[in-house]
Amino acid sequence: MSLKVLVGVKRVIDYAVKIRVRPDKLGVVTDGVKHSMNPFDEIAIEEAVRLKEKKIAKEVIAVSCGPAQAQETIRTALAMGADRGIHVEVPAKEMEKLEPLHVSKILAKLVEKEGGDLLIVGKQAIDDDTNATAQMTASLLNWPQATFASEIKKTDGELEVTREIDGGLESIKVKLPAVVSADLRLNEPRYATLPNIMKAKKKKIQKMKPGDLSVDVTPHLEVVEVLDPPVREAGIKVDDVEGLVTKLKEAGRI
Amino acid sequence: QSTLVVAEHDNNALTPITLSAITAAKKLGGDVSCLVAGHNCSKVVEELTKASGVTKILVADSDALVGFLPERLAPIVLASQNQFNYTHIVAGASALGKSLLPRVAAQLDVSPISDIIEVKAPDTFVRSIYAGNALMTLKSKDAVKVITVRGTSFEPAELSGGSAGSEPLPVSDLPLDMSQFIGQELSKSDRPELTAAKTVVSGGRGMKSGENFEMLYKLADKLNAAVGASRAAVDAGFVPNDMQVGQTGKIVAPELYIAVGISGAIQHLAGMKDSKTIVAINKDPEAPIFQVADLGLVADLFKAVPEMIEKV
Repeated sequence: MSLKVLVGVKRVIDYAVKIRVRPDKLGVVTDGVKHSMNPFDEIAIEEAVRLKEKKIAKEVIAVSCGPAQAQETIRTALAMGADRGIHVEVPAKEMEKLEPLHVSKILAKLVEKEGGDLLIVGKQAIDDDTNATAQMTASLLNWPQATFASEIKKTDGELEVTREIDGGLESIKVKLPAVVSADLRLNEPRYATLPNIMKAKKKKIQKMKPGDLSVDVTPHLEVVEVLDPPVREAGIKVDDVEGLVTKLKEAGRI
Repeated sequence: QSTLVVAEHDNNALTPITLSAITAAKKLGGDVSCLVAGHNCSKVVEELTKASGVTKILVADSDALVGFLPERLAPIVLASQNQFNYTHIVAGASALGKSLLPRVAAQLDVSPISDIIEVKAPDTFVRSIYAGNALMTLKSKDAVKVITVRGTSFEPAELSGGSAGSEPLPVSDLPLDMSQFIGQELSKSDRPELTAAKTVVSGGRGMKSGENFEMLYKLADKLNAAVGASRAAVDAGFVPNDMQVGQTGKIVAPELYIAVGISGAIQHLAGMKDSKTIVAINKDPEAPIFQVADLGLVADLFKAVPEMIEKV
Protein backbone atom coordinates (compact mmCIF):
# COMPACT_ATOMS: atom_id res chain seq x y z
CA MET A 1 0.00 0.00 0.00
CA SER A 2 1.47 3.28 -1.07
CA LEU A 3 0.19 6.15 1.02
CA LYS A 4 -1.47 9.39 0.08
CA VAL A 5 -0.13 11.86 2.63
CA LEU A 6 -1.56 15.26 3.54
CA VAL A 7 0.53 17.71 5.51
CA GLY A 8 -0.74 20.81 7.30
CA VAL A 9 1.56 23.82 7.05
CA LYS A 10 0.93 27.09 8.88
CA ARG A 11 2.34 30.52 8.09
CA VAL A 12 3.53 32.10 11.33
CA ILE A 13 5.71 34.99 12.44
CA ASP A 14 9.33 33.86 12.00
CA TYR A 15 10.78 32.31 15.15
CA ALA A 16 13.62 34.83 15.29
CA VAL A 17 11.37 37.91 15.27
CA LYS A 18 10.89 39.81 18.52
CA ILE A 19 7.16 39.74 19.25
CA ARG A 20 5.44 43.09 19.90
CA VAL A 21 1.98 43.39 21.40
CA ARG A 22 -0.38 45.58 19.34
CA PRO A 23 -1.45 48.96 20.81
CA ASP A 24 -5.10 47.78 20.87
CA LYS A 25 -3.97 44.91 23.15
CA LEU A 26 -5.91 42.36 21.14
CA GLY A 27 -3.08 40.71 19.28
CA VAL A 28 0.51 41.08 18.20
CA VAL A 29 1.99 43.22 15.42
CA THR A 30 2.05 41.23 12.17
CA ASP A 31 2.27 43.98 9.52
CA GLY A 32 5.70 44.27 7.97
CA VAL A 33 6.95 41.38 10.10
CA LYS A 34 8.85 38.46 8.59
CA HIS A 35 6.78 35.27 8.38
CA SER A 36 7.87 31.69 7.72
CA MET A 37 6.54 28.19 7.81
CA ASN A 38 5.93 26.96 11.35
CA PRO A 39 9.17 25.09 12.18
CA PHE A 40 7.35 21.95 13.36
CA ASP A 41 5.43 21.89 10.05
CA GLU A 42 8.73 21.99 8.15
CA ILE A 43 9.61 18.79 9.98
CA ALA A 44 6.20 17.37 9.03
CA ILE A 45 6.75 18.13 5.33
CA GLU A 46 10.28 16.74 5.45
CA GLU A 47 8.99 13.48 6.91
CA ALA A 48 6.30 13.18 4.24
CA VAL A 49 8.82 13.84 1.47
CA ARG A 50 11.17 11.21 2.92
CA LEU A 51 8.29 8.72 2.95
CA LYS A 52 7.81 9.47 -0.73
CA GLU A 53 11.52 9.04 -1.43
CA LYS A 54 11.33 5.65 0.28
CA LYS A 55 8.32 4.83 -1.94
CA ILE A 56 6.14 4.45 1.14
CA ALA A 57 4.10 7.47 0.05
CA LYS A 58 2.80 7.99 -3.46
CA GLU A 59 1.71 11.59 -3.15
CA VAL A 60 2.31 14.46 -0.71
CA ILE A 61 -0.24 17.27 -0.54
CA ALA A 62 0.56 20.45 1.43
CA VAL A 63 -2.44 22.22 2.93
CA SER A 64 -2.52 25.68 4.45
CA CYS A 65 -5.32 27.83 5.84
CA GLY A 66 -4.67 31.53 5.75
CA PRO A 67 -4.56 34.79 3.79
CA ALA A 68 -3.11 35.15 0.27
CA GLN A 69 0.44 34.94 1.66
CA ALA A 70 -0.20 31.38 2.88
CA GLN A 71 0.51 30.47 -0.75
CA GLU A 72 4.16 31.32 -0.12
CA THR A 73 4.19 28.79 2.69
CA ILE A 74 2.67 26.19 0.39
CA ARG A 75 5.28 27.06 -2.27
CA THR A 76 8.01 26.41 0.28
CA ALA A 77 6.48 22.99 0.96
CA LEU A 78 6.32 22.32 -2.78
CA ALA A 79 9.97 23.34 -3.15
CA MET A 80 10.85 20.88 -0.39
CA GLY A 81 9.21 18.12 -2.40
CA ALA A 82 5.44 18.13 -1.88
CA ASP A 83 3.56 17.32 -5.09
CA ARG A 84 0.73 19.80 -4.92
CA GLY A 85 -0.96 22.25 -2.62
CA ILE A 86 -4.37 23.19 -1.31
CA HIS A 87 -4.90 26.73 -0.10
CA VAL A 88 -7.94 27.25 2.08
CA GLU A 89 -8.39 31.00 1.88
CA VAL A 90 -9.08 32.77 5.14
CA PRO A 91 -8.64 36.57 5.09
CA ALA A 92 -6.10 38.02 7.56
CA LYS A 93 -8.80 39.53 9.80
CA GLU A 94 -10.65 36.21 10.08
CA MET A 95 -7.41 34.28 10.41
CA GLU A 96 -6.89 35.88 13.82
CA LYS A 97 -10.08 34.21 14.94
CA LEU A 98 -9.53 30.88 13.24
CA GLU A 99 -9.09 28.31 16.00
CA PRO A 100 -7.33 24.93 15.88
CA LEU A 101 -10.80 23.34 16.06
CA HIS A 102 -11.75 25.02 12.76
CA VAL A 103 -8.48 24.02 11.14
CA SER A 104 -9.02 20.43 12.32
CA LYS A 105 -12.47 20.39 10.72
CA ILE A 106 -11.02 21.73 7.47
CA LEU A 107 -8.18 19.18 7.49
CA ALA A 108 -10.57 16.32 8.30
CA LYS A 109 -12.83 17.28 5.38
CA LEU A 110 -9.87 17.53 3.00
CA VAL A 111 -8.47 14.18 4.13
CA GLU A 112 -11.86 12.60 3.43
CA LYS A 113 -12.23 14.36 0.10
CA GLU A 114 -8.75 13.36 -1.05
CA GLY A 115 -8.95 9.85 0.34
CA GLY A 116 -5.78 10.37 2.39
CA ASP A 117 -4.10 7.58 4.35
CA LEU A 118 -1.90 9.69 6.58
CA LEU A 119 -1.98 13.26 7.89
CA ILE A 120 1.20 14.76 9.32
CA VAL A 121 1.25 18.13 11.09
CA GLY A 122 3.69 19.87 13.41
CA LYS A 123 3.03 19.18 17.08
CA GLN A 124 2.27 22.84 17.69
CA ALA A 125 2.39 26.20 15.95
CA ILE A 126 4.87 28.62 17.47
CA ASP A 127 2.34 31.47 17.42
CA ASP A 128 -0.59 30.22 19.53
CA ASP A 129 1.36 27.28 21.06
CA THR A 130 -1.88 25.28 21.30
CA ASN A 131 -0.75 21.76 20.40
CA ALA A 132 -4.16 20.33 19.51
CA THR A 133 -4.71 20.18 15.74
CA ALA A 134 -3.37 16.65 15.18
CA GLN A 135 -5.33 15.25 18.10
CA MET A 136 -8.59 16.94 17.11
CA THR A 137 -8.31 15.99 13.44
CA ALA A 138 -7.67 12.36 14.42
CA SER A 139 -10.68 12.54 16.72
CA LEU A 140 -12.97 13.96 14.02
CA LEU A 141 -11.84 11.30 11.54
CA ASN A 142 -12.05 8.60 14.21
CA TRP A 143 -8.44 7.72 13.40
CA PRO A 144 -5.61 6.88 15.79
CA GLN A 145 -3.06 9.55 16.62
CA ALA A 146 0.69 9.40 17.14
CA THR A 147 1.61 12.70 18.72
CA PHE A 148 5.09 14.16 19.41
CA ALA A 149 6.73 11.68 17.04
CA SER A 150 10.51 11.41 16.98
CA GLU A 151 10.68 8.34 14.73
CA ILE A 152 8.26 6.72 12.29
CA LYS A 153 8.56 3.25 10.78
CA LYS A 154 5.97 1.73 8.49
CA THR A 155 5.14 -1.90 8.90
CA ASP A 156 2.29 -3.78 7.28
CA GLY A 157 -0.75 -1.52 7.51
CA GLU A 158 0.63 0.12 10.63
CA LEU A 159 3.06 2.76 11.77
CA GLU A 160 5.46 2.11 14.58
CA VAL A 161 6.09 5.46 16.21
CA THR A 162 8.50 6.61 18.89
CA ARG A 163 6.99 9.45 20.90
CA GLU A 164 8.66 12.06 23.07
CA ILE A 165 6.91 11.99 26.43
CA ASP A 166 7.69 13.76 29.71
CA GLY A 167 10.10 11.25 31.22
CA GLY A 168 11.67 9.85 28.06
CA LEU A 169 10.42 7.95 25.03
CA GLU A 170 7.42 5.78 24.29
CA SER A 171 6.77 3.30 21.48
CA ILE A 172 3.33 2.72 20.06
CA LYS A 173 1.77 1.21 16.98
CA VAL A 174 -1.08 2.90 15.17
CA LYS A 175 -3.18 1.33 12.48
CA LEU A 176 -3.39 3.20 9.19
CA PRO A 177 -5.04 5.53 8.32
CA ALA A 178 -3.61 7.71 11.09
CA VAL A 179 -2.57 11.21 12.14
CA VAL A 180 1.00 11.98 13.22
CA SER A 181 2.29 15.13 14.90
CA ALA A 182 5.97 15.90 14.39
CA ASP A 183 8.29 16.71 17.27
CA LEU A 184 11.66 18.43 16.99
CA ARG A 185 13.85 15.39 16.66
CA LEU A 186 11.89 13.58 13.95
CA ASN A 187 14.28 14.84 11.26
CA GLU A 188 16.22 17.87 10.07
CA PRO A 189 14.29 19.60 7.31
CA ARG A 190 16.16 20.21 4.06
CA TYR A 191 16.64 23.60 2.46
CA ALA A 192 14.86 24.05 -0.83
CA THR A 193 17.39 24.25 -3.67
CA LEU A 194 17.04 26.85 -6.43
CA PRO A 195 16.11 24.26 -9.11
CA ASN A 196 13.45 22.88 -6.79
CA ILE A 197 12.15 26.37 -6.04
CA MET A 198 11.83 26.91 -9.81
CA LYS A 199 10.10 23.54 -10.25
CA ALA A 200 7.73 24.33 -7.40
CA LYS A 201 6.39 27.33 -9.32
CA LYS A 202 4.87 24.95 -11.83
CA LYS A 203 3.18 22.74 -9.27
CA LYS A 204 -0.55 23.21 -8.74
CA ILE A 205 -2.17 24.95 -5.81
CA GLN A 206 -5.91 24.47 -5.59
CA LYS A 207 -7.84 27.27 -3.89
CA MET A 208 -10.98 26.94 -1.82
CA LYS A 209 -12.82 28.49 1.10
CA PRO A 210 -13.88 26.94 4.43
CA GLY A 211 -17.49 27.23 3.19
CA ASP A 212 -16.66 25.01 0.18
CA LEU A 213 -15.95 22.27 2.70
CA SER A 214 -19.09 23.18 4.74
CA VAL A 215 -16.93 24.14 7.72
CA ASP A 216 -18.44 26.75 10.02
CA VAL A 217 -15.70 29.04 11.34
CA THR A 218 -17.74 30.87 13.99
CA PRO A 219 -15.37 31.59 16.91
CA HIS A 220 -15.72 29.59 20.11
CA LEU A 221 -13.19 31.77 21.91
CA GLU A 222 -13.02 35.51 22.40
CA VAL A 223 -9.75 37.33 22.95
CA VAL A 224 -10.17 39.61 25.96
CA GLU A 225 -6.67 41.04 25.92
CA VAL A 226 -3.09 40.38 24.94
CA LEU A 227 -0.39 41.80 27.17
CA ASP A 228 3.37 41.80 27.49
CA PRO A 229 4.58 39.33 30.08
CA PRO A 230 5.76 40.86 33.37
CA VAL A 231 9.32 42.10 33.02
CA ARG A 232 11.86 40.42 35.20
CA GLU A 233 14.33 42.94 36.61
CA ALA A 234 17.99 42.05 36.36
CA GLY A 235 19.46 41.48 39.81
CA ILE A 236 22.98 41.99 40.96
CA LYS A 237 26.37 40.68 39.93
CA VAL A 238 28.46 38.92 42.55
CA ASP A 239 32.27 38.99 42.42
CA ASP A 240 33.04 35.37 43.14
CA VAL A 241 31.66 31.96 44.14
CA GLU A 242 32.04 32.90 47.81
CA GLY A 243 29.73 35.88 47.31
CA LEU A 244 27.24 33.78 45.35
CA VAL A 245 27.04 31.05 47.98
CA THR A 246 26.70 33.64 50.77
CA LYS A 247 23.81 35.38 49.00
CA LEU A 248 22.03 32.10 48.32
CA LYS A 249 22.39 31.05 51.95
CA GLU A 250 21.09 34.44 53.14
CA ALA A 251 18.05 34.03 50.89
CA GLY A 252 17.48 30.53 52.26
CA ARG A 253 17.74 29.01 48.79
CA ILE A 254 20.49 26.55 49.73
CA GLN B 1 -20.96 24.12 37.87
CA SER B 2 -18.80 21.01 38.21
CA THR B 3 -15.39 19.90 37.03
CA LEU B 4 -13.89 16.58 36.03
CA VAL B 5 -10.13 16.35 36.53
CA VAL B 6 -8.46 13.59 34.53
CA ALA B 7 -5.85 12.20 36.92
CA GLU B 8 -2.44 11.28 35.55
CA HIS B 9 -0.57 8.45 37.23
CA ASP B 10 1.50 5.33 36.61
CA ASN B 11 -0.99 2.97 38.30
CA ASN B 12 1.01 3.27 41.53
CA ALA B 13 1.18 6.97 42.28
CA LEU B 14 -0.26 10.23 41.06
CA THR B 15 1.86 12.41 38.79
CA PRO B 16 2.42 15.74 40.61
CA ILE B 17 0.80 17.78 37.82
CA THR B 18 -2.55 16.20 38.74
CA LEU B 19 -2.49 18.03 42.06
CA SER B 20 -1.91 21.31 40.24
CA ALA B 21 -4.83 20.51 37.96
CA ILE B 22 -7.01 19.93 41.05
CA THR B 23 -6.01 23.36 42.39
CA ALA B 24 -7.01 24.96 39.08
CA ALA B 25 -10.29 23.01 39.17
CA LYS B 26 -11.05 24.34 42.66
CA LYS B 27 -10.53 27.89 41.37
CA LEU B 28 -13.28 27.28 38.81
CA GLY B 29 -15.79 26.78 41.64
CA GLY B 30 -18.29 23.97 42.03
CA ASP B 31 -17.76 20.27 42.68
CA VAL B 32 -14.50 18.63 41.69
CA SER B 33 -14.53 14.98 40.61
CA CYS B 34 -11.52 13.01 39.42
CA LEU B 35 -11.24 10.27 36.85
CA VAL B 36 -8.66 7.58 37.51
CA ALA B 37 -8.35 5.37 34.43
CA GLY B 38 -5.71 2.67 34.38
CA HIS B 39 -5.01 -0.91 35.28
CA ASN B 40 -4.68 -2.12 38.87
CA CYS B 41 -4.73 1.49 39.94
CA SER B 42 -6.38 1.15 43.37
CA LYS B 43 -3.33 2.69 45.10
CA VAL B 44 -3.83 5.84 43.05
CA VAL B 45 -7.50 5.95 43.98
CA GLU B 46 -6.56 5.58 47.63
CA GLU B 47 -4.00 8.40 47.35
CA LEU B 48 -6.51 10.64 45.64
CA THR B 49 -9.19 9.99 48.25
CA LYS B 50 -7.11 12.14 50.59
CA ALA B 51 -6.96 15.13 48.24
CA SER B 52 -8.73 18.09 49.78
CA GLY B 53 -11.59 19.47 47.71
CA VAL B 54 -12.23 16.34 45.65
CA THR B 55 -15.77 15.06 46.15
CA LYS B 56 -15.91 11.99 43.94
CA ILE B 57 -13.52 9.65 42.16
CA LEU B 58 -14.58 7.76 39.05
CA VAL B 59 -12.53 4.64 38.48
CA ALA B 60 -12.04 2.90 35.14
CA ASP B 61 -9.84 -0.14 35.67
CA SER B 62 -9.07 -2.38 32.73
CA ASP B 63 -6.08 -4.11 31.16
CA ALA B 64 -7.05 -2.30 27.96
CA LEU B 65 -5.81 0.89 29.62
CA VAL B 66 -2.19 -0.23 29.96
CA GLY B 67 -0.14 2.47 28.25
CA PHE B 68 -2.88 5.12 28.61
CA LEU B 69 -3.59 5.31 24.88
CA PRO B 70 -5.68 8.41 24.05
CA GLU B 71 -7.84 6.44 21.60
CA ARG B 72 -9.06 4.37 24.57
CA LEU B 73 -9.06 7.05 27.27
CA ALA B 74 -11.08 9.57 25.25
CA PRO B 75 -14.24 7.37 25.10
CA ILE B 76 -14.02 6.92 28.88
CA VAL B 77 -13.80 10.66 29.49
CA LEU B 78 -16.71 11.18 27.08
CA ALA B 79 -18.79 8.52 28.84
CA SER B 80 -18.18 10.30 32.16
CA GLN B 81 -19.16 13.58 30.56
CA ASN B 82 -22.38 12.07 29.14
CA GLN B 83 -23.34 10.72 32.52
CA PHE B 84 -22.51 13.70 34.74
CA ASN B 85 -22.61 16.76 32.42
CA TYR B 86 -19.58 18.57 33.79
CA THR B 87 -19.10 22.23 32.92
CA HIS B 88 -15.32 21.80 32.85
CA ILE B 89 -12.95 18.99 31.96
CA VAL B 90 -9.40 19.61 33.18
CA ALA B 91 -6.05 17.83 32.95
CA GLY B 92 -2.42 18.74 33.42
CA ALA B 93 -0.64 20.12 30.35
CA SER B 94 1.68 17.10 30.24
CA ALA B 95 2.40 14.84 27.27
CA LEU B 96 -0.64 12.79 28.33
CA GLY B 97 -3.03 15.68 28.97
CA LYS B 98 -2.06 17.39 25.73
CA SER B 99 -2.61 14.17 23.78
CA LEU B 100 -5.93 13.34 25.35
CA LEU B 101 -8.00 16.47 25.97
CA PRO B 102 -8.07 17.86 22.42
CA ARG B 103 -9.30 14.44 21.30
CA VAL B 104 -12.13 14.76 23.81
CA ALA B 105 -12.82 18.40 22.91
CA ALA B 106 -13.27 17.68 19.20
CA GLN B 107 -15.97 15.10 20.00
CA LEU B 108 -17.79 17.69 22.10
CA ASP B 109 -17.34 20.34 19.36
CA VAL B 110 -15.46 22.52 21.83
CA SER B 111 -12.31 24.61 21.34
CA PRO B 112 -9.80 23.33 23.88
CA ILE B 113 -7.80 25.81 25.91
CA SER B 114 -4.22 24.63 26.30
CA ASP B 115 -1.72 25.17 29.05
CA ILE B 116 -3.47 27.87 31.08
CA ILE B 117 -1.47 29.79 33.68
CA GLU B 118 -4.36 31.54 35.44
CA VAL B 119 -8.11 31.21 36.01
CA LYS B 120 -9.75 34.66 35.85
CA ALA B 121 -13.34 33.44 35.88
CA PRO B 122 -15.04 30.11 35.16
CA ASP B 123 -15.02 31.03 31.46
CA THR B 124 -11.95 33.27 31.30
CA PHE B 125 -8.35 32.08 31.33
CA VAL B 126 -4.82 33.36 30.78
CA ARG B 127 -2.33 31.46 28.65
CA SER B 128 1.00 32.31 27.16
CA ILE B 129 1.49 32.59 23.42
CA TYR B 130 4.58 33.07 21.25
CA ALA B 131 6.79 31.10 23.63
CA GLY B 132 5.81 33.26 26.57
CA ASN B 133 6.47 36.53 24.78
CA ALA B 134 2.84 37.59 25.22
CA LEU B 135 0.04 36.64 27.57
CA MET B 136 -3.45 36.17 26.20
CA THR B 137 -6.63 36.36 28.23
CA LEU B 138 -9.47 34.58 26.51
CA LYS B 139 -13.07 33.82 27.16
CA SER B 140 -14.68 30.57 26.12
CA LYS B 141 -18.20 30.60 24.70
CA ASP B 142 -18.45 26.81 24.79
CA ALA B 143 -20.91 25.16 27.18
CA VAL B 144 -18.20 22.75 28.31
CA LYS B 145 -14.69 24.09 28.83
CA VAL B 146 -11.88 21.67 28.07
CA ILE B 147 -8.66 22.89 29.65
CA THR B 148 -5.10 21.79 30.25
CA VAL B 149 -3.20 23.41 33.09
CA ARG B 150 0.46 24.41 33.36
CA GLY B 151 1.74 22.59 36.45
CA THR B 152 4.16 25.29 37.55
CA SER B 153 1.44 27.95 37.61
CA PHE B 154 -0.80 26.29 40.23
CA GLU B 155 0.28 25.14 43.68
CA PRO B 156 -0.30 21.40 44.17
CA ALA B 157 -3.47 20.56 46.12
CA GLU B 158 -2.84 18.99 49.53
CA LEU B 159 -3.15 15.26 49.92
CA SER B 160 -4.85 15.53 53.28
CA GLY B 161 -8.25 16.28 54.69
CA GLY B 162 -10.14 14.83 51.76
CA SER B 163 -12.75 12.11 51.97
CA ALA B 164 -13.88 11.49 48.42
CA GLY B 165 -15.86 8.38 47.67
CA SER B 166 -15.10 6.33 44.60
CA GLU B 167 -17.35 4.60 42.09
CA PRO B 168 -16.48 2.31 39.20
CA LEU B 169 -17.12 3.29 35.60
CA PRO B 170 -18.03 0.59 33.12
CA VAL B 171 -15.29 0.09 30.54
CA SER B 172 -16.53 -1.36 27.28
CA ASP B 173 -16.47 -0.87 23.53
CA LEU B 174 -12.99 0.65 23.49
CA PRO B 175 -11.37 0.80 20.04
CA LEU B 176 -8.71 -1.81 20.81
CA ASP B 177 -7.49 -2.31 17.25
CA MET B 178 -6.68 1.34 16.53
CA SER B 179 -3.49 1.65 18.49
CA GLN B 180 -1.20 -0.46 20.61
CA PHE B 181 1.18 0.40 23.42
CA ILE B 182 4.60 -1.22 23.00
CA GLY B 183 6.69 0.24 25.79
CA GLN B 184 8.44 3.15 27.42
CA GLU B 185 12.04 4.02 27.96
CA LEU B 186 12.09 6.39 30.86
CA SER B 187 15.29 8.08 31.90
CA LYS B 188 16.14 6.68 35.31
CA SER B 189 17.59 8.93 37.93
CA ASP B 190 17.69 9.22 41.70
CA ARG B 191 17.49 12.98 41.38
CA PRO B 192 14.16 14.78 41.64
CA GLU B 193 12.04 15.07 38.52
CA LEU B 194 12.84 18.21 36.52
CA THR B 195 9.40 19.82 36.64
CA ALA B 196 8.86 19.02 40.32
CA ALA B 197 12.32 19.86 41.75
CA LYS B 198 12.78 22.78 44.17
CA THR B 199 16.22 23.41 42.69
CA VAL B 200 17.34 22.96 39.09
CA VAL B 201 20.89 23.13 37.77
CA SER B 202 21.03 23.53 33.98
CA GLY B 203 23.91 23.46 31.55
CA GLY B 204 24.21 25.00 28.10
CA ARG B 205 26.53 24.98 25.14
CA GLY B 206 29.24 26.41 27.41
CA MET B 207 29.55 22.98 29.06
CA LYS B 208 31.40 21.93 25.88
CA SER B 209 30.72 18.16 26.28
CA GLY B 210 28.45 15.56 27.82
CA GLU B 211 31.28 14.41 30.13
CA ASN B 212 31.50 17.90 31.59
CA PHE B 213 27.89 17.59 32.76
CA GLU B 214 29.30 15.29 35.50
CA MET B 215 30.16 18.36 37.54
CA LEU B 216 26.59 19.61 37.27
CA TYR B 217 25.35 16.22 38.51
CA LYS B 218 27.74 16.55 41.47
CA LEU B 219 26.52 20.04 42.26
CA ALA B 220 22.91 18.89 41.84
CA ASP B 221 23.41 16.00 44.25
CA LYS B 222 24.75 18.41 46.88
CA LEU B 223 21.72 20.66 46.42
CA ASN B 224 19.15 17.85 45.98
CA ALA B 225 18.50 19.36 42.57
CA ALA B 226 17.36 18.14 39.17
CA VAL B 227 19.58 18.68 36.15
CA GLY B 228 18.34 20.36 33.01
CA ALA B 229 19.87 21.65 29.80
CA SER B 230 19.36 24.26 27.14
CA ARG B 231 18.27 23.29 23.65
CA ALA B 232 21.77 24.12 22.41
CA ALA B 233 23.24 21.51 24.78
CA VAL B 234 20.66 18.94 23.70
CA ASP B 235 21.15 19.67 20.00
CA ALA B 236 24.91 19.36 20.45
CA GLY B 237 24.28 15.85 21.78
CA PHE B 238 25.64 16.51 25.30
CA VAL B 239 22.53 15.19 27.05
CA PRO B 240 19.22 13.54 26.12
CA ASN B 241 16.23 15.51 24.96
CA ASP B 242 14.10 14.93 28.04
CA MET B 243 16.49 17.20 29.97
CA GLN B 244 15.65 20.18 27.78
CA VAL B 245 14.24 23.24 29.52
CA GLY B 246 12.54 25.74 27.25
CA GLN B 247 9.48 26.45 25.18
CA THR B 248 9.82 23.24 23.19
CA GLY B 249 11.07 21.27 26.18
CA LYS B 250 9.99 21.39 29.81
CA ILE B 251 8.63 24.44 31.60
CA VAL B 252 10.09 24.69 35.10
CA ALA B 253 9.58 27.17 37.93
CA PRO B 254 11.73 26.00 40.86
CA GLU B 255 12.70 28.07 43.87
CA LEU B 256 16.28 28.16 42.62
CA TYR B 257 17.43 27.87 39.01
CA ILE B 258 21.16 27.82 38.33
CA ALA B 259 22.02 28.39 34.66
CA VAL B 260 25.56 27.34 33.87
CA GLY B 261 27.10 28.24 30.53
CA ILE B 262 23.70 29.15 29.14
CA SER B 263 23.51 32.32 27.05
CA GLY B 264 19.76 32.79 27.58
CA ALA B 265 18.08 32.39 24.19
CA ILE B 266 14.44 33.47 24.20
CA GLN B 267 13.29 29.83 23.88
CA HIS B 268 15.21 28.90 27.01
CA LEU B 269 13.99 31.89 29.04
CA ALA B 270 10.41 30.90 28.20
CA GLY B 271 10.99 27.64 30.02
CA MET B 272 12.47 28.97 33.26
CA LYS B 273 11.77 32.65 33.78
CA ASP B 274 9.11 32.00 36.42
CA SER B 275 11.74 30.49 38.74
CA LYS B 276 11.86 32.33 42.06
CA THR B 277 15.61 32.91 42.16
CA ILE B 278 17.72 32.70 39.01
CA VAL B 279 21.49 32.36 39.17
CA ALA B 280 23.61 32.69 36.03
CA ILE B 281 27.23 31.62 35.71
CA ASN B 282 28.70 32.61 32.36
CA LYS B 283 32.02 33.99 31.22
CA ASP B 284 30.37 36.38 28.76
CA PRO B 285 29.21 39.46 30.70
CA GLU B 286 26.93 40.42 27.78
CA ALA B 287 25.00 37.12 27.80
CA PRO B 288 21.22 37.83 27.83
CA ILE B 289 20.77 35.41 30.74
CA PHE B 290 22.16 38.13 33.02
CA GLN B 291 19.16 40.31 32.15
CA VAL B 292 16.86 37.93 34.00
CA ALA B 293 19.25 36.61 36.66
CA ASP B 294 18.85 37.68 40.28
CA LEU B 295 22.44 36.73 40.95
CA GLY B 296 25.00 36.82 38.17
CA LEU B 297 28.55 35.56 38.29
CA VAL B 298 30.79 36.39 35.36
CA ALA B 299 33.31 33.58 35.56
CA ASP B 300 34.77 30.54 33.85
CA LEU B 301 32.32 27.80 34.75
CA PHE B 302 35.07 25.18 34.79
CA LYS B 303 36.56 27.01 37.77
CA ALA B 304 33.36 28.31 39.38
CA VAL B 305 31.35 25.07 39.45
CA PRO B 306 34.02 22.93 41.21
CA GLU B 307 34.49 25.73 43.72
CA MET B 308 30.77 25.88 44.29
CA ILE B 309 30.60 22.10 44.84
CA GLU B 310 33.14 22.57 47.66
CA LYS B 311 31.43 25.55 49.25
CA VAL B 312 27.76 24.53 49.34
